[in-house]
Amino acid sequence: MKAYFSVFRIRLINSLQYRAVALGEIVTRFFWAFFEILAFTAVYAADGADFSMAFSQTAAYIWMQQALYAVFSVSYGDADIYEPIRTGGIAYELVRPVDLYTRWLLSGAGNRIAPFCTSFLPVLFLALLLPAPYRLLLPESIPQLLLFLLSTVLGLLITVSISTLMHISMFFTLSHRGTRIIFTAVSNLLSGGLIPLAFFPDRVRAVVQWLPFAAMRDIPLRIYCGTLAGGAVWSSLLLQSLWLVVLVVFGKLCMCASLKKIIVQGG
Amino acid sequence: MYWNLFLMNLKSQMQYRMSFFMTVLGQFLTAFASFFSLVFIFDQIDAVDGFTYGQVFLCFAVIVSSFSIGELFGGGLAVFARLLADGTFDRALVRPRSVLLQILVPNLDFTRSGLLLQAALVLVWAVPASGVVWTAWKALALTLMIACGAVVFFAMFLLKAACTFFTTESVKFLDILTYGARQFGRYPFSIYGKQILWFLTFVVPFALFQYYPLLYLTGRTNAAWFALLPLVSVLILLPCWLLFRFGVRKYKSTGS
Repeated sequence: MKAYFSVFRIRLINSLQYRAVALGEIVTRFFWAFFEILAFTAVYAADGADFSMAFSQTAAYIWMQQALYAVFSVSYGDADIYEPIRTGGIAYELVRPVDLYTRWLLSGAGNRIAPFCTSFLPVLFLALLLPAPYRLLLPESIPQLLLFLLSTVLGLLITVSISTLMHISMFFTLSHRGTRIIFTAVSNLLSGGLIPLAFFPDRVRAVVQWLPFAAMRDIPLRIYCGTLAGGAVWSSLLLQSLWLVVLVVFGKLCMCASLKKIIVQGG
Repeated sequence: MYWNLFLMNLKSQMQYRMSFFMTVLGQFLTAFASFFSLVFIFDQIDAVDGFTYGQVFLCFAVIVSSFSIGELFGGGLAVFARLLADGTFDRALVRPRSVLLQILVPNLDFTRSGLLLQAALVLVWAVPASGVVWTAWKALALTLMIACGAVVFFAMFLLKAACTFFTTESVKFLDILTYGARQFGRYPFSIYGKQILWFLTFVVPFALFQYYPLLYLTGRTNAAWFALLPLVSVLILLPCWLLFRFGVRKYKSTGS
């Protein structure tokens, strides 16, 4: 267990090193969210606009979506995981007495939590300072905040377990760039990374909301902005837990199967 | 000679065929995802800021096409920080050929064709759907929008690379001017408010090839000279190029 924790800590410290990168990320995320919200202002002002989310809730959703961008990205700074697959360094990983699946999972979590602390958290403070309609809405109660945090942790774990499945598939495709772009595009759209799932047409949403992608990002964000409340929160948390278990079990099976067949790239 | 470099690059990218096509597919899906998010929004409203469904998609198609052409050529500049760090740039300096072309040609990224393909599809669909009464002059305007837009995006990549000279680290916040402009240019820039439109007209001229010619295309204004405004936006290339040249002169190797 200690070994796994160290992996997590090493990745955390490693990612905390780059301060200029952090500053750039803060500016980028802030403006990105701000422009996205401005675009929604125009959409809300359009004739016949009647959305299930209030504007302030959408603004909160977008702020959180951008602030948690790294946390819920299936591909974010995981070069320490996929580079060894390409270079053949994976052979060293395999002789180590640690379980590769768990190592990848924790490494992935570290790669996301560190940038969140340095470059994404400050965005939220900036967002709280803005004037009224654009400002980040605070949760209405402490329990709501706690449920959001719990759901975010589950969302992060779902994200890294999807990400790990993606990394396993790289054993076969050996195309880390292509695989990453495909996974990012699909997961971004279906998880509410581009627009909140509430803006999807009803028939599409009826399917999409049950997918693991919705469980990874949309559910925590909806708990935060208050469009998911009451008993529905608990069933959503249950859905998240179910997906997490399914993904981890499936991931471990895939890992076992693929390690039997793996051909290490020359060295 | 640049032609040879070009061919070599194309061949080497085609060596990993599976990898190449997966990346193309990925680019296609990325553009598709952002297309769908726009379709879903317009499922519930008819127009944004007076621009209809088809007109916004025309705008989207223009931005994505010009971005993908601009990035196809300027993509090498996006990895410029790496070229500086590993000394590839130093090698280019000692050769008796144009420095800029030596960076650009080997780094042309053909996987961008996925994005371009998607943009072309949307364009083919949006041209009739926008309800624009097409004339030869308007067709010229559309061509200019895409061509000059590509130059502006290229200039933004060049600007980012030029700034890298002074910081030796990747200047990430300038991504707002490249990837950000692609993302937010899917709507006519006027929806972001007057100040931002002013900034995008006089400082970084995105609105010159997107918003103003669109006004003319959609018949909101009869001023035909709006169709020629994209030509003005191309001027941004000059300061970006000068800054890049200045950077090359000042350049001190990182030593690796």
